[in-house]
Amino acid sequence: MTSVSIRNLDLQFGSVKVLKQLNLEIDHGEFLVLLGASGCGKSTLLNCIAGLLDVSDGQIFINENNVTWEEPSNRGIGMVFQSYALYPQMTVEGNLSFGLKNAKVPKDEINKRVARAAEVLQIEPLLKRKPAALSGGQRQRVAIGRALVRDVDVFLFDEPLSNLDAKLRADLRVEIKRLHQKLNNTMIYVTHDQVEAMTLADRIAIMKAGLIQQLDSPAEIYNRPVNKYVADFIGSPSMNFLEGELSSQGQFKVGGTVIDLKGYDYVDGPVASPVWFGFRPEHAVAGEGAEHQPATFQVVAEIVEPMGSDTLVWTKIEDQAFRVRMDGQAKISTGDAFTLGFDPARASIFDKETELRV
Amino acid sequence: MTNNTETTSTLMAGPRGPKPTKLLSPRNIMLYGTLIVVALYYLLPLYVMVVTSLKGMPEIRLGNIFSPPVEITTAPWTRAWSEACTGLNCEGLSRGFWNSVRILLPSVALSIAIASVNGYALANWKFKGANVFFTILIFGAFIPYQVMIYPIVIILRELKLFGSLGGLVLVHTVFGMPILTLLFRNYFTSLPEELFKAARVDGAGFWGIYFRIMLPMSLPIFVVAMILQVTGIWNDFLFGVIYTKPDTYPMTVQLNNIVNSVQGVKEYNVNMAATLLTGVVPLIIYFVSGKLFVRGIAAGAVKG
Repeated sequence: MTSVSIRNLDLQFGSVKVLKQLNLEIDHGEFLVLLGASGCGKSTLLNCIAGLLDVSDGQIFINENNVTWEEPSNRGIGMVFQSYALYPQMTVEGNLSFGLKNAKVPKDEINKRVARAAEVLQIEPLLKRKPAALSGGQRQRVAIGRALVRDVDVFLFDEPLSNLDAKLRADLRVEIKRLHQKLNNTMIYVTHDQVEAMTLADRIAIMKAGLIQQLDSPAEIYNRPVNKYVADFIGSPSMNFLEGELSSQGQFKVGGTVIDLKGYDYVDGPVASPVWFGFRPEHAVAGEGAEHQPATFQVVAEIVEPMGSDTLVWTKIEDQAFRVRMDGQAKISTGDAFTLGFDPARASIFDKETELRV
Repeated sequence: MTNNTETTSTLMAGPRGPKPTKLLSPRNIMLYGTLIVVALYYLLPLYVMVVTSLKGMPEIRLGNIFSPPVEITTAPWTRAWSEACTGLNCEGLSRGFWNSVRILLPSVALSIAIASVNGYALANWKFKGANVFFTILIFGAFIPYQVMIYPIVIILRELKLFGSLGGLVLVHTVFGMPILTLLFRNYFTSLPEELFKAARVDGAGFWGIYFRIMLPMSLPIFVVAMILQVTGIWNDFLFGVIYTKPDTYPMTVQLNNIVNSVQGVKEYNVNMAATLLTGVVPLIIYFVSGKLFVRGIAAGAVKG
């Protein structure tokens, strides 16, 4: 059963089209992440689902009801904002119960729900405090609690962790995941952070310029990106791209080097054309074991970026930049020559013109 | 390798710690000198007024306007308040004071109430034609009052409000609208938009959000609006003299009549006392709420 369904959604501000004929089906209990660079329309889409923006065309269904013209409070959604948006003059308890009071929920029912939400989020000692007396992490918990007490089926998160520091972000990320496993509601989560997207999502929708580029599981998006934009966007450090020619025999030619693409899973089979050969830095092997890989190169380390857990080394293959991720303990310094190898079956090849996966 | 956390480094001779500042540097002399001169320039007339209002007429006739009173008397003050004559009427300023209060309170309350709702609607509920409406309203602030005096006389006559306090209240409310709406709109725009969105998701309506979310966060701007309106309306002379009758003259108009009455001797001490009495209300407002005033004006300038 679908929980949220978006059909042919259009949204324009004046002459600027922000969302273009967007379709999206989200299942019950699914955790969907809308991922994209800023300005891609992901937050706009979330605001449309919440009913905070009027759509120009198309329909929105929540729980099989057409809610396109419905007020935000009648849509059966709860929303968590990036800036927490807690009412500063109310206590935590007041913040949690505000929506319920507006909905004229009986008093003992309000108390029961607030107590339950406070317990789930472990904010019971904070109930009598004002938001100003809370830390960032506590505030965001209260903001989540405000959505929780509404007892809704669909949770909307608008970059909820972006205002927190790195450590707190990691902690709350796990907590949101735990919350989802516990409540099992539908969650739609907007972020520009790919780590959040990869770790939380059942499915990720990668957006660019108001269009969904790819809607798939995190693993599929990571391993088989449908176009160069997605391939470049997902993964850190980002994918290497070598510019060259694909032959109809399934060989990739870059400069004087020919790489045999044995085992590569083509979409349609090899067609002779100029292509981008994409390869993830973490799938390349350097030093020991490199010789056993199907494709090997002799390269020189140009820049070494040690990051503790691993080391990123910048080299060149046929005069094109290529990064490789090595073990953090690897002893390598600028100017060192080493052997680099990889299995071309793990590459992603994109047509030069359409930038679509080959 | 040295461990910096355990060893103290030896200090060299020369500059160390904060840079010393000289109290009597040319910069300070210029700065404070200018400030003192300007302050004196503004305070001197006030001093003369206070001193003169506490002197008897014989002492004033000596002509030493800067000398402090030899014999302090409060008679001019009581005279100004309850005995000074305007034409045939010798009740002093007290009647004008109460008229002004009766004009001030409803005008301030009404104009702020309407303008804050206007500003809130313009800032948060983007209705069709909001920008056109706002532009027209702001344009109203730039039309000279003189142009509108006569049309308003006719409107008030038709409404049967001409010459009454109610008429003047209406005029003040209308004329306060452009600038107050601008003030409130800008303040509400500076409040985080997500707060408004959250309240909508929580099911609060137009008035619910206004009263329970926006109002509690807007004390500074209400104080600013109040100060602007209180001083503006209290000090108004033009509308008061045109739209009221002698029984309903506000204090400023009555002050003018007392000071400018030509019969008998010019009682400078009474005039000074009357002027100070008239100016005391805005002064009190400034002193009481000056801090909030500055905070409210500054709010909205910087987000965050």
